[in-house]
Amino acid sequence: MLKIMIIGATSVIAQETARFFAIEGAEFFLVGIPADKLAVIKDDLVARGAKRAEVYEADLLDFGGHAQIVESAVKTMGGLDAVLIAHGTLGNQKASEANVEVALKELNLNFMTNVSLLTLLANYFEQQRRGCIAVISSVAGDRGRGSNYVYGTAKAGTTAFMQGLRNRLAKSGVSVVTIKPGLVDTPMTADVKKNFLFAAPASVGKSIYLGMKKGKDTVYAPWFWRYIMWIIIHIPEFIFKKMSM
Amino acid sequence: MTTPLNRLKQYKSWGRYPTVQHKAIYPVHWRSDLPDVNKYDETVLPYGYGRSYGDSCLNEGGILLDTSYMQQFIAFDAEQGLVRCEAGVSLEQVLEVIVPHGWFLPVTPGTKFVSIGGAIANDVHGKNHHRAGTIGCHITQFELVRSDGAYICSPTENIELFRATIGGLGLTGIITWAEFKVKRIASPLIDQEKIRFANLDEFFAISAEADQKFDYIVSWSDCLSTDESMGRGIFMAGNFYDPPLGSEPPPNKLKPFVPFDLPSFALNTLSVKAFNALYYRVPLGKQVRSVIHYEPFFYPLDAINHWYRLYGRRGFLQYQLVVPIEGDNEPIREVYRRIAKSGEGSFLVVLKTFGDIASPGMMSFPMPGVTLALDFAFNGEKTLKLLDELDVIVREAKGRVYPAKDARMSPENFRAYFPQWEQFAHYIDPKFSSSFWRRVTASANGR
Repeated sequence: MLKIMIIGATSVIAQETARFFAIEGAEFFLVGIPADKLAVIKDDLVARGAKRAEVYEADLLDFGGHAQIVESAVKTMGGLDAVLIAHGTLGNQKASEANVEVALKELNLNFMTNVSLLTLLANYFEQQRRGCIAVISSVAGDRGRGSNYVYGTAKAGTTAFMQGLRNRLAKSGVSVVTIKPGLVDTPMTADVKKNFLFAAPASVGKSIYLGMKKGKDTVYAPWFWRYIMWIIIHIPEFIFKKMSM
Repeated sequence: MTTPLNRLKQYKSWGRYPTVQHKAIYPVHWRSDLPDVNKYDETVLPYGYGRSYGDSCLNEGGILLDTSYMQQFIAFDAEQGLVRCEAGVSLEQVLEVIVPHGWFLPVTPGTKFVSIGGAIANDVHGKNHHRAGTIGCHITQFELVRSDGAYICSPTENIELFRATIGGLGLTGIITWAEFKVKRIASPLIDQEKIRFANLDEFFAISAEADQKFDYIVSWSDCLSTDESMGRGIFMAGNFYDPPLGSEPPPNKLKPFVPFDLPSFALNTLSVKAFNALYYRVPLGKQVRSVIHYEPFFYPLDAINHWYRLYGRRGFLQYQLVVPIEGDNEPIREVYRRIAKSGEGSFLVVLKTFGDIASPGMMSFPMPGVTLALDFAFNGEKTLKLLDELDVIVREAKGRVYPAKDARMSPENFRAYFPQWEQFAHYIDPKFSSSFWRRVTASANGR
């Protein structure tokens, strides 16, 4: 059965994805904070059919601990077949504009942690010559917008990093899956006014599950964001810069 | 996992009547992070998937706490058949987890898109009421978080809160998680029999016999037929299919199907009449046996998303009554006569007899008798007047009307149906309220 590490396991999207794998009897290594919520998720996955679930409490901003995370996962689980990186924050664009510290912290959490973790994981999977690395990026990384470009920058960086990684690991038979959710009804967007574009976490989870199974390159979730973003990307800059988005 | 959390979730009731404005709606994601309801000026009410038909899931001007996000399973004992999960887990999710292990819900209503918390708060019943009672009969314990703290409630602990919360319409606090027993099944298939009955007399005759033979029974009935054929319909009964050892696979294909097509044109008396006449003749013989998947047997309407839209923007009213079975069942006949006379065609009429298994729920709706569930397109005063008339018949027969489906019963009738309401009121959390509760206790408060 599949052995999966989930980093940022308390993410609702990650949980919904994990539930699909749990039904198949997958084994999980759940990384994140806080420990009590990880324990709640562990119980849920086991009740739904997971063969095993281990929890590992880690603050991902502690970059020094990243190697330990990967090492523990491989050792505890006896190898890994897949990893899903799902941690992140939506951040506060206005605060990021007012305070460099806030902007840098945002980039650290949503981008630099991915660089660090993906570098370690890439080497493991490259050596193993099989497996799947999936990261939750965002449609926000497809084009910078005034309303959340700091978050968008972190996601754009993540997407570009994944592109390069895919190119590198294709030769080793490792699939590298970039997931780009649109608007999802989760605690992260609790303060955002909901509209008809918002998707249920379960449907996004299903897209991710299927994308990982099939080893897709890029998964837009839900699928229609591929077309929305195509349009947004192709709006000429001289018009785009005058729009409020 | 496919339970539809709507992209644009509307905090309305399933009947779309009435629609009210709420001060705020707060999602609850973790059972460890419940909001402190004492910090709000307004009252709160838990809201799950909005499958209550009337105003029992609404809290006009107040706050709704959306508990449908709490979807964690806590434990599933596949040997003993015991499930513990958060209140926002839907019955659909429970089935996904337990059916592959040979278990089924002990009791299920006609939709699987309800939350466990909502199922308890309305003490839901199903086609097996005569065998298994309500869902409340199978709850082993739950956690209730009130404005003054958390309580574990069970048949042996905090018994009064346990009894008040089952069928308590969400007014006693927030159910965060619940534990319940599930039922062993030999297959996910139903061995079903359909029997045509020509009138109410035949219905009661078939019922009495079938109660002994079948775990699941429900009937569709034509409420527009009169005189000799009053109450004619189709009796549908079944048991979980238990394939004999070494037997051939079941006779029918397992493909789920929708037992009938709902018309897309506007519902009116003529269309209902035509439908009823047609549907009555569907099973060609007097008696038809088949083996089908449990989905179409238990959840025919779940195949149609947003079926309330059939009634358009005006919405619709559900009405479910129960009256004791007595003599020649004159009250139920009178109900049929009034409906036929009114010309307000009810499309989905469900007829069933309840058994005598008592629920622990203080405000539980089912009682021994015959129950009739109807829905009416909302045609303003005309519809309201008809239902008021039916209320009187039910009241005189010492029956009840189902709060989970109500949007209009009078305080006087409510108190006649549920004389225990005053006792129940002691257990309502002072920070909790609902549009329904304020409505049915309106004049009572001013006494």
